[in-house]
Amino acid sequence: MRNPYRAQKIAFSLLFLATLVIVVLVGFVVVIIVEKGLPAINWQFVSDIPRQGMRAGGIFPAIVGTLYLVAGAIIFALPIGLCAAIYLCEYAKDNVLTRLIKLAIINLAGVPSVVYGLFGLALFVVFFKFGASILSGSLTLGIMILPLIITASREALESVPQSFREVSLSLGASKWQTIQHIVLPNAIPGILTGTILGVGRAAGETAPILFTVAAFYLPQLPGSIFDQAMALPYHLYVISTQVPNVDEKIRYGTAFVLLALVLFMNMVAIIIRYKFRMKKKW
Amino acid sequence: MVILAVDKLDIWFGSLHALKQVTIEIYAHEILSVIGPSNSGKTTFLRMLNRLNDLQPGLTMSGTVRLENEDIRTIDVELLRKKVGMVFALPLPLPLSIYDNVAYGPRMHGLRDKKKLAERVETALRQAYLWEEVKDRLHETAFKLSGGQQQRLCMARTLAVEPEVILFDEPCSGLDPISTAKIEDAMLKLKQKYTIILVTNNVKQAARVGERTAFFLDGELIEIDKTEKIFTAPKDHRTDDYIRGKFG
Repeated sequence: MRNPYRAQKIAFSLLFLATLVIVVLVGFVVVIIVEKGLPAINWQFVSDIPRQGMRAGGIFPAIVGTLYLVAGAIIFALPIGLCAAIYLCEYAKDNVLTRLIKLAIINLAGVPSVVYGLFGLALFVVFFKFGASILSGSLTLGIMILPLIITASREALESVPQSFREVSLSLGASKWQTIQHIVLPNAIPGILTGTILGVGRAAGETAPILFTVAAFYLPQLPGSIFDQAMALPYHLYVISTQVPNVDEKIRYGTAFVLLALVLFMNMVAIIIRYKFRMKKKW
Repeated sequence: MVILAVDKLDIWFGSLHALKQVTIEIYAHEILSVIGPSNSGKTTFLRMLNRLNDLQPGLTMSGTVRLENEDIRTIDVELLRKKVGMVFALPLPLPLSIYDNVAYGPRMHGLRDKKKLAERVETALRQAYLWEEVKDRLHETAFKLSGGQQQRLCMARTLAVEPEVILFDEPCSGLDPISTAKIEDAMLKLKQKYTIILVTNNVKQAARVGERTAFFLDGELIEIDKTEKIFTAPKDHRTDDYIRGKFG
């Protein structure tokens, strides 16, 4: 006879095991990167320019470049993404066109990042004549994370109970007032989550910046948004595959800095989100 | 004086015929009770009066609703809802403090003066019999209040907008008898200043507070008359059956 109690136990064990695998994998990644990368980390490494054909010195220009690119991508993608999400969620009527737009956004999220890179090259670098520059790279990354931000923002807006909207409207508030005073304040944590994911992706992607901004080696910092810049993921690629005889320490050190940078940005966003959650009152 | 005149109103949601040829006149400063089984169209009727049904997809209507002789479709919807307030079936505080909940409506209508706003909030809370219970904790979140208090808060929030007509959509459906009594008391006082339309599933409540009572069934207005008459000598046998609890 089948024992339902035992079946449950087996199911729980399997589910637990699957969860454990994730934790173990993440643990491994972090441990390996930290173990091999930490010895490289010192003040010179994070504040100096690369020297001796990138076999010594620091990675400061790459750190700065990545920060610029992420900031640029967010500045571009967050307002547009949020506005689009508000439109889709609050104003757009449910018709074929709207559904088509939603479908397009979902598909946009699935486009491989190298395709975005090529697209950015064609549009921003060549057509708009921005050249290989921080501007082109930021816009390309921005377009890449746009669907992410739209989707997350839409979910956040939709999770605000419909009854709040009805109450606000029933008191004679206009639709825009309702969005401003009721819907948006309660959707911010979710929108921030989307932004967190966007930041992580924008900071870590190599392909979209490959043709649009990334410099192989640039000993000085970019002076304007029309300059090329180094960026951490591309730098990591370069010193891992393109330059012979780079000390393993430096490669893992670079990976460590990239990881730490993304985690740090995530932390900031998570703290902000937590603060908002504390204020949430239902 | 007729404040709201509904003439041959038909409403469809998609293919569902929710209201059928409803004609009704509502007088200023009366309490009109609306009774009927679920799905009889009474809530649809109520939400028509402040055009909240417009939010529902697939709404089509024919016939007219006039507020003070003006077709409600020609009035700005924000202004209409300012004049025709609503209290919902469930207590639905906004995720704000007690004070901000009540001040929400006036603020949206442009009242910025802090002193006037505070007065407005106090008056509304007093009218809803809530002031004494919350005056020392106005800046706490509204979700800390009990269900009955929350519903009175919602009432105060509607009153703060200073409407002319207040729609109550089964306002006591989730409340205990004491909270219900408080809300009924408030309603009886309020009719000096406001016109009240009360949709209720509780036939006894309709009898207690309504001067006139309307009975809806399957989207039709079966009859409307003085409350005593509806409860003692209704013209239609279906009204009688419903009140006696034979169905619904």
